[in-house]
Amino acid sequence: MEYVGWDKVTTGTIIESFSEPVENVAYVRPEERPYSPMNSHEASVASWRFIKPVYNRDICIDCQFCWVYCPDTSIISRDKKMIGVDYEHCKGCGICVEVCPTNPKSLLMFDENKPNEEALSEWPEKKKKSKDK
Amino acid sequence: MAEKYELQEVEVWDGNMAAAHAFRQAQIDVVAAYPITPSTPIVQNYSKFLADGYVDGEFVMVESEHSAMSACLAAGAAGGRVATATSSQGFALMVEVLYQASGMRVPVVLHVVNRALASPLNVNGDHSDMYLGRDAGWINLCSFNPQEAYDLTLMAFKIGEDLNVRLPVMVHQDGFISSHTAQNVRPLQDEDAYKFIGDYKEVDPMLDFSRPVTYGAQTEEDWHFEHKAKQHKALMESVSVIDDVFKEFEKLTGRKYNRVEKYMMDDAEVAIVALGTTVESAEVAAKELREKEGIKAGVVGLRVLRPFPLEELKDALKNVKAVACLDRSAPGGTLGMLFNEVSAAMYHSENRPVINNYIYGLGGRDMTIENLKEIFKEAKANADAGKLTTPLQQFSGLRGPKLAFF
Repeated sequence: MEYVGWDKVTTGTIIESFSEPVENVAYVRPEERPYSPMNSHEASVASWRFIKPVYNRDICIDCQFCWVYCPDTSIISRDKKMIGVDYEHCKGCGICVEVCPTNPKSLLMFDENKPNEEALSEWPEKKKKSKDK
Repeated sequence: MAEKYELQEVEVWDGNMAAAHAFRQAQIDVVAAYPITPSTPIVQNYSKFLADGYVDGEFVMVESEHSAMSACLAAGAAGGRVATATSSQGFALMVEVLYQASGMRVPVVLHVVNRALASPLNVNGDHSDMYLGRDAGWINLCSFNPQEAYDLTLMAFKIGEDLNVRLPVMVHQDGFISSHTAQNVRPLQDEDAYKFIGDYKEVDPMLDFSRPVTYGAQTEEDWHFEHKAKQHKALMESVSVIDDVFKEFEKLTGRKYNRVEKYMMDDAEVAIVALGTTVESAEVAAKELREKEGIKAGVVGLRVLRPFPLEELKDALKNVKAVACLDRSAPGGTLGMLFNEVSAAMYHSENRPVINNYIYGLGGRDMTIENLKEIFKEAKANADAGKLTTPLQQFSGLRGPKLAFF
């Protein structure tokens, strides 16, 4: 981003979302939207995170709870099918893990530096319900 | 479609009713308000006009003045004409959002009926609220009577919404002395008033869904300075639009406005510089002194407090020998604002008159013609001596032992 002078900044410090007008934006997928360079979509906040959610496709039932609850729209889902986590914008809050209803959970928090393959290999077994004891 | 309101050529309105009619004629999209004495009748009358079908817009009842200004700002950012009114404590509560409105360049119109700030609690007029908000980045227009409160409110929309300005505008009038004193007011007919202001021109409206914008961005040390400098430049350069609007209004009504108003200043030896209704009282005092005592007294009233009319003020005071600056606000440990600003203007002028400062009228204390004559006479003594013969700061109309500083 260029550090322009006072004569080049926007009036009222407004920030345009897109670099050109977009009609019916609700029907345009994020990867097809012409985000402006100032849009927060273009900024990575990955460095804010020290634990990350890892997604396990084998257990997920595509209930979309994580997609609904994620406060930063960092759960990527298409046609009601869960795809994964947007690690450029996820801040590691853990809400997706909290709301995941499967047993074991389909999303779990791991250390930011642990490779996802390793995390998947450590996935816990299904927990027995207390009445089965 | 709004109903047309039947108006006489001359109406008997107090300043609040005058402002309410100006609001009505502007056909504001959103008025969000939390009424407070002495500005209450503005929004009260306005809401009645709206309920009776004379306004095609929304009136939003909110829970505080902070919310009132926030709702106005938001509706303005969304793309509508917006305005509200307040006084005193309510104004103080709005202050945070005043800076937001000017920074976001949303042309809110705020009618301020000037009233003292607590504590002690007081509902009467002084300029404490006006002084509190003077650095908020708004254009500040000052009226001296109900007619001017009406005229300047109409002009405030046209000035603030001009695409070369896009800044919020305050219109001030003195609590009770102007707001509750019925006088003859010559209004424009509805269609003429609206035509003068014109349709609202949207700039970066949030409700343009194909081009969404963010208002209220965060900027730190890398961007903030540039944005504030650009905002200051817009405020400084609004003078040409203010002058144009004053001229256009004169053509329409015959009523002439200037950023600095002068009364008997052509040959004046001593002058009072003041704000609000005191300007008119000082004119009466100056006239009497000229007729009965031969003192060449004149009055300078500030019509536009911000952007500060430094050059015009220098010009207005270029021939006087002594100036008394009257501040109707507790100075909080320094000289009055008008004293400081007039002194700054005159410091770099060829003419260096003797300037002193009077604090007066706090909490609605009456500023009498006798008080004003006394101030003129002290200015005359300063003029004759060519130097200060009094302390720099005095209190006029105060009971008890004489109080003075500096």
